[in-house]
Amino acid sequence: MAEEFKVIVFTLAHEEYGIEVDKVRTIERMSPVTRVPKTPPFVKGVINLRGVVVPVIDLRSRFGLAETEPTDNSRIIIVAANDLEVGFIVDAANDVIDLTSDAVETPPEVVGGIKAKYLSGVAKFGEDRLLILLNLSEVLNRSEIIQLEQFGA
Amino acid sequence: MEMNQYLSIFIDEAGEHLQALNENMLKLEQAPEDISIVQVIFRSAHTLKGMSASMGFEDLASLTHEMENVLDLVRNDKLKMNGGIFDTLFQCLDALEAMVQDIIGGGTGSGDVAGLVAQLKAIVSGEPAAASPAEAGGAASSELSLVAAHMLLDQYQLSVLRQSIENGNPVFHIEVTIRSDCLLKAVRAYMVFDALERNGEVVKSHPSVQEIEQEQFDRSFSVYYISRIDQEQLEETLNRVSELESVVVAPLDLESLAELDQSREASNQEAMQAMKEVAAAAAPAAAPAAAPANRPAAPEGGARPAAAASGGGGSAAPRTIRVDIDRLDSLMNLFSELLIDRVRLEQLASEVRRNDLTETVEHMARVSSDLQNIVLKLRMVPVDSVFNRFPRMVRDLAKSLGKKVDLIVTGAETELDRTVIDEIGDPLVHLIRNSVDHGVEPIEDRIAAGKSESGTVHLRAFHSGNHVFIEIEDDGRGINRPKVLEIAIKRDVVSAEEAKKLSDDEINMLLFAAGFSTADKISDISGRGVGLDVVKSKIESLGGQVSVTSNPGTGTKFSIQLPLTLSIISAMLVKLGSEKYAFPLSSIVETAIAKRTDIREVHGSRMIEYRKAIIPVVSLAQLLDSPDYRDEGEQETEMLVIRKGDKLAAVLVDELIGQSEIVLKTLGKYLTNLDVVSGATILGDGQVALIVDPNALIK
Repeated sequence: MAEEFKVIVFTLAHEEYGIEVDKVRTIERMSPVTRVPKTPPFVKGVINLRGVVVPVIDLRSRFGLAETEPTDNSRIIIVAANDLEVGFIVDAANDVIDLTSDAVETPPEVVGGIKAKYLSGVAKFGEDRLLILLNLSEVLNRSEIIQLEQFGA
Repeated sequence: MEMNQYLSIFIDEAGEHLQALNENMLKLEQAPEDISIVQVIFRSAHTLKGMSASMGFEDLASLTHEMENVLDLVRNDKLKMNGGIFDTLFQCLDALEAMVQDIIGGGTGSGDVAGLVAQLKAIVSGEPAAASPAEAGGAASSELSLVAAHMLLDQYQLSVLRQSIENGNPVFHIEVTIRSDCLLKAVRAYMVFDALERNGEVVKSHPSVQEIEQEQFDRSFSVYYISRIDQEQLEETLNRVSELESVVVAPLDLESLAELDQSREASNQEAMQAMKEVAAAAAPAAAPAAAPANRPAAPEGGARPAAAASGGGGSAAPRTIRVDIDRLDSLMNLFSELLIDRVRLEQLASEVRRNDLTETVEHMARVSSDLQNIVLKLRMVPVDSVFNRFPRMVRDLAKSLGKKVDLIVTGAETELDRTVIDEIGDPLVHLIRNSVDHGVEPIEDRIAAGKSESGTVHLRAFHSGNHVFIEIEDDGRGINRPKVLEIAIKRDVVSAEEAKKLSDDEINMLLFAAGFSTADKISDISGRGVGLDVVKSKIESLGGQVSVTSNPGTGTKFSIQLPLTLSIISAMLVKLGSEKYAFPLSSIVETAIAKRTDIREVHGSRMIEYRKAIIPVVSLAQLLDSPDYRDEGEQETEMLVIRKGDKLAAVLVDELIGQSEIVLKTLGKYLTNLDVVSGATILGDGQVALIVDPNALIK
């Protein structure tokens, strides 16, 4: 019996990614980020999310993709997982879709330059679109905050 | 009955009563002859018993019941308190506390009280004169004894009976025994009562009518009965009820009533016991209101404990309410939002420059700072809620160490933020244990040193500025500095060269170094070597400081400085290029301007002369990797002089913005181990500014 679930679709370097909707708190436009010294480069700093201070990380930089300047389409997706609340800076976030669990396949070793352990699966949807699902607990894993795997993008 | 809603009340009340019991037991130990204290203890125990019984915590109730029996003898001068009784009672308190803890933890509150109950019973029966009352509540006796403890009548019932006899209505004492093979005892009993009530009035029955209805009796029960029919008719009526083994109807006259009255006087004990049972039923309902009024109430006659308590509760109901701490927290959060908007408004008003707007904003600022005071005060709790467990702790400690120690507590009414209170308990326990164990000498040593036999430990709390100080001072042997040094060198806490340069106070502070213990032998009280460094880091995590001063031979004083609150602080905002940072004002000594030429290089580190002292210079821009500001380029730069303990340092910044009340926010769990940054705050323009931890700047 295939389970149905909703995912938020966002883009990062022309690829489409998905996060389960129940892990997402809110999606915000870019707001001024306060730099926090002595943190890894992908930690952009902290923002004021309606009175709560939330750290934000640049997902491009987290995955070793080339960083770009934020545009009007850039968004901060606030996710909650592993007891943590963190914002992801992404190129754009524009869709919510329904997926069934049997449409999800285990990811190949490297997808779009991102190591498989950050991914929980790859799903086909619509006409020939490929969605990469993130493994949030690995992305937010703090123990390997320092070791950054670089892959040519 | 739905008990959950009462459970939290029960837990709070039980905690208060246990605390009151503990305190008063300690007082009583100082003055064992003072019966008024016994009265207070008795009342607390009694209320606790009633509460526990009504909540269905049988073990709690039975243990308090036995304690009550002992106390009852004491307050009626039938038993003298002695060390053994005190110890047993203290053990009981511990057991009660454990059971209440179990209930708090979601348990059933059951505990093995049999041993303690037996001890208490032994104390009660150890005194022959007092043996009967406590044991009286046994199985219903089948003898028709008019002085049987359970069948005693109170004044009112006696006068009712007397009047009936005077009016010519016969009064009987009826003893009914049901056949042992009867299956439905309660039904037969009901039939007996039914027959009786059709022909007269039951004044008193034993067991009570309710207990009989619930079949809580053995085989027999007895009643005092005012009859409208004569004895013969009555016996006939009762004998019509089947399955009865015997019905004994004994007529009562004025003479036998007088006898009853006398026996009541003679065994006042039993009468009280009976009354207490009545009172116990009333106590649970009255307890919540009565409890706070209970303690201050002057001890009195003592014949009617529960009645007095509930009466007091009615007239002097406490003018306080209990509020869930979560609600206070969310109030605090909402208020801090408001504070951020206020700062924003102030900024806007100063830009717009309209008089009426400025006035309104100023008024709002005044109101909100009043509001801030109140919101902060709401979260304040007297340190007494932490201090109150120490007298008992010191007593037990001193006893187990064979020392004599007086704990003198002052300033217990001093208030601290709830969050600080919650955290400060363990460090204080540690410091007090340390004082009693290591500070105060054994009795022989004290006498040899020409001191009084019993040592004194002072526990003081007081306000000073934006801080609360807690001091623990003993009059013991003081810190043995040469020995501290010796151990510190042995354990590689300091090198031998460094050790020579240390001041006395610095040597004292070595006690707080990790992995340090001066105890000759390791005791189970303190001296496991994991103590004082934990205390220090705990206090520092609360934004406080701990220091120690000591004079050999005359004593040691630990002093803890704590912030009044952890949520709103005064801070100095500084600019560093495009970035803004906040410094807690409490650690800033002064602000000044440093000329480039004043900064000197000494041994590779930069120093500056400040008030005839040479202090190190810290470049904030360097430390925080500022992206767009370097202080090297400037001829003159602003600096903050900050302090940690008695060490000073100058921090170079770009520009001072000004002083502001800021609301502390955490950076969340994702960003941890940032040693220079202790938190964040939200500025009036909605931007986040980081709070610099001055302690991290001074090494």
